[in-house]
Parts: sequence; structure tokens; C-alpha cells
Amino acid sequence: MKIAVCVKHVPEGAARIDPTSKRLDRSGEGGLNHFDANAVEEALRLKADSDAEVVVVSMGPARAADSVRKALAMGADRALLISDEGVAGSDLVGTSAVLAAALEREAADLVLFGQQASDADGAVLWAAVAERLRRPVVSQAMELSLADGSLRVKRQTEFGYDVIEAPLPAVVAVSDAINEPRYPSLKGIMGAKKKPSETLSLADLGLDAAAVGEAGAKTEVLALGSPPPRGDSRTIEGDGNAAQAILDFLAEKRLV
Amino acid sequence: MSLLVFLEHHGNELQKGSLGVLAKAATLGDPDVAAVLLGGGVRALASEAGTFGAGKVYVAEDDALEPPLPQARVDVLATVVREGGYGTVLFANSVLAADVAAGLSARLEAGLNWDLVDVALQDGTLVGKRPALQDSVSVDVGWRSEPRLALFRAGAFDAVATGGGEPEIEELSVELEEHSRGARVVEQQLEDTSGPSIEDADVIVAGGRGLGAPESFALAEELARALGGAVGATRAVVDAGWYPYSAQIGQTGKTVSPKLYVALGISGAIQHKVGMQSSNVIVAINKDANAPIFEFSDLGVVGDVHEIVPKLTALLEQRRG
Repeated sequence: MKIAVCVKHVPEGAARIDPTSKRLDRSGEGGLNHFDANAVEEALRLKADSDAEVVVVSMGPARAADSVRKALAMGADRALLISDEGVAGSDLVGTSAVLAAALEREAADLVLFGQQASDADGAVLWAAVAERLRRPVVSQAMELSLADGSLRVKRQTEFGYDVIEAPLPAVVAVSDAINEPRYPSLKGIMGAKKKPSETLSLADLGLDAAAVGEAGAKTEVLALGSPPPRGDSRTIEGDGNAAQAILDFLAEKRLV
Repeated sequence: MSLLVFLEHHGNELQKGSLGVLAKAATLGDPDVAAVLLGGGVRALASEAGTFGAGKVYVAEDDALEPPLPQARVDVLATVVREGGYGTVLFANSVLAADVAAGLSARLEAGLNWDLVDVALQDGTLVGKRPALQDSVSVDVGWRSEPRLALFRAGAFDAVATGGGEPEIEELSVELEEHSRGARVVEQQLEDTSGPSIEDADVIVAGGRGLGAPESFALAEELARALGGAVGATRAVVDAGWYPYSAQIGQTGKTVSPKLYVALGISGAIQHKVGMQSSNVIVAINKDANAPIFEFSDLGVVGDVHEIVPKLTALLEQRRG
């Protein structure tokens, strides 16, 4: 049994967009996308039940190794980082092609994703990767179990809950309600440095640099601007007159 | 420009979000906007799509399209886009639609821009608008090739009837890929949706952890009644079992854009914010002066909901007489 967990290294603190490249500035401090920690945790939980090997897979700049190491410190067994100048500026089409190529190579029984990337607010990558791998996909999993070569997921939708079963190999995106990720122990942090970690280039994956990264992107950022103003925002102290002040405000806005 | 809109339905109802996208598409200069409706009993919903601007509606009622799963839908859409030569496919965000759009992106090697709040033609080219970095930046995005795929924030557009007539209907034959048959829904628990629906309400009073206890939701319910609105809740209180999931607003719940949103004891975490920030007027009451919700409220009140809300409800009732 092999479980691959896809993780993203995201900027920490106040993120900014580089006005020249119109891309997210990834030069500063970064860390493991916190939604991905739920996917790592779920893989480790399944590992405890089934003795699976847990492989962390990430695409990003060299410093993404920090996030990969955190996943190893949590308890993952091995890491694969795809780092190549050619992947910078990849959109969904390129990112899904790179990750699918790496995952194809790993041939994991289960591929896990977190519910979204905290930087680009993307919440779609798993479905594109699953399509390329030609495997079933289930998103928003809040409970996940494996038995007899298939998986069972309970998930939230806008209308309630669905229970979905699918044969392995499959791709699952977990909701952040599925678990509470553990913090790496000191022993885990020390041990992470000794765990196998491999860095691959596009050439190693047999991918054409023209098909991914900025060169292969099918979408583009045209311009950056300020969001439309929300209008006047005011804050008042909630003293004895607060209820009346709210009523006056609603009346002024013709809402009552 | 040839536009195709993915319509989503639940039970016998077309979803307002996807009808809003259809109505918007009808304003983009294509006289023959088409829509796709997939699932059981959708044939009967096709005429309604006509009144929101669809000149043509593709329908498929295959059993494989009955459960709300994405991959069979990718198979059908890919065929429609290829054979119909559609240059642009538009989706209203939902758990299902996001997965369909991303699967289609990989299948057709087509660019997908997501989280869009608007789209317009600039010199004949389609440009999308996407708020980024907690909505501190507005980004104009484009597509370098066709087909272009666009996923809109739910509630981005009002579902306004365009006065279109009966659409042409084309029935699709369904051929599925092997991997699209793998997942199956073995159980569904639909939540009770009686009472005012938060998606359609003009006023929403929502409660968060700051209410302190599940019983305090009575404050939100009473204020909602006085304002003629519906009650919403944050993810945290739904997870804690204080209020049903059907009332959940935010990333994993519903996206709403009422005329008035009253947030009681809600800190305004990004996961909640994305579900309600397009509300017309936002009033927030929270005792933590540093709560992020005050940054995007029209009126913020730093105070105790337990003191202020009953007084406000009483004043509203008094006013109505």
C-alpha cells in the first residue's frame, strides 16, 4: 500500500503580487499550506492502520523543501520535490501535468490533496490530476476509510452529506474538518533530515518545458488593480446606545 | 464567440448561481448561448433555461448522471465542447461544478480561471475579474487559447430572466470513460431545507462562536424574524453541532449575497468571508475589537451580542408596532 500526499509551499505572512511578473511573490518566508497538513495527517492515520508507505509530493521552488521536510517531520516516509525553473508560472493545466507525471511514476494506491491552497485560493487541482491519471476522484472528504481495495468517503456538499465508494487507485481531496493535524515532535524534526528525499527536473519526468510553466500556461494575468471600495466603514463602541445606533444605520440605508 | 453554460440542478430546481451565470452569458454578445443540463428529469427543466437566456439546451438523462459526481459530466461536456465547437464554457462554483471544470481543463488542455466575480468583453476579448489575496487586489485574467473555462463565485450574478423563448433542445448520447464509472454514491443525507432559504433571503442574521452557546442562537432567530430574514451560521458552530449544516455560510457551505448581512459573534475568518463578502450591507457585532470582520463591515459594533441584540430586536418590533 502506497499513499502519495500532494503538498504546496505557500508564502507566509502578508503575501504580495509582484507587479512586474504579475505572479505571487514567492521570495519571502514560506511554509506548508495548512490545508495540506490535514492531508498529511490523514495519510499518517491510514498508515497506522495499514502499514502504508507515505510519500510527499510537491512542485515548487527549491525552498519548497522546507514544507516537504515539515511533512516528513510529521511522519511521512519519503519525499519527491519537482523543482525546475521551467515550472514557474504554471497554471492548472501545467501544474496538473507535472504532478500527474510524478504520481504516474510513484503509482500510489491513494493520492491525497488538502482542500485548497491558501495563497491562490485554488480548490480544483485534484480533479485535473485525477483526470490525467484516469482515476476516480472524490473531494470534500470529512471521513475516509479503506477496505478491500476500495475507499469509502463521507463528504459535505451544499445539500447535506454524501457517502461515496470508489475502487483504488483513486484520488481524494480532504476537507479541513477531517482531522486535527499533529505537530511534528522533536524526534520527528531530527529524523526528517535523514529521510529519503529526491528532487526531480522536468527532464527527469520526460516533460517538455514548452508545455508547462509560463510557456505552457493557457491562462494569464492581464492587470492588477484595487478592489472596488466597500464604501464607508465605521466602527462604534457597543455602549448602551448601540442598538439604537444600529437601527438608525439600517433606517439610513433603507433596510428597515 | 460561442458560449456554453454548465447548469446545475438540485431536485427539480435549477440552481440560482448557474442561472445567474447563464443570464450574464446572454449579455456577452453571443446570440445563441447554449446550456448543458445533465441528470435525472432534466428535460423538464430545459424551458426554464430558455427564460434565462439559453437559445439551445443540451440534455442527457442517463442513469450515470443521476448522482452528483463530476467525472461522467466531464465526459459528456468534453464531447459537447468538441462537437459543438464551443470556445468558452462557464460554471457557477459549487462542490460539483469546481470538480467538473477542473476535470474538463485537463481533458481539453483548456485554461481555467476560477473565483471570478465578473467577466466582460474588452476589444472583443473575454476578460475575467478575480479578487485575490483576501480580496485586497483585483486581478484581470485572460485566456491564451480556446476553449476558455471560467468558474464564477456563487452569487456573482443575479439570476435575472432575459425574456428568452422556448430553447432548442438537443438530446445527448452518453459514453463514459472507464475511470468515470469508478465512484458511486452509496448513501445521501439531504438536510431539511424548510423555512426561509438563506440563498434567497434579502436579510441574513448569522451567528458564530461568539454567541457562546447553542441556546444563544435564539437571539439570531429572533432578530432574523424581526428583520424578515433567514438565519446563517459559521463552519465552527456547525461543526460544534450548534446549528444545522444547511445554514452554513462560507467556503464549505453556502455563498450568499443578501441586501443585509448581520454577523453576530463572528470573527470573520477568510473561510467565512468568502461566503458572504458580496453582501450589500454588512453589520457586525463582536466583542473583540480586533476581529477581522470589522475590516469589511459597513457598520461594526464592538460589544456584547447578548446585550445589544435583544435591544435591537425590541426596537425593531416597536418600530413595526
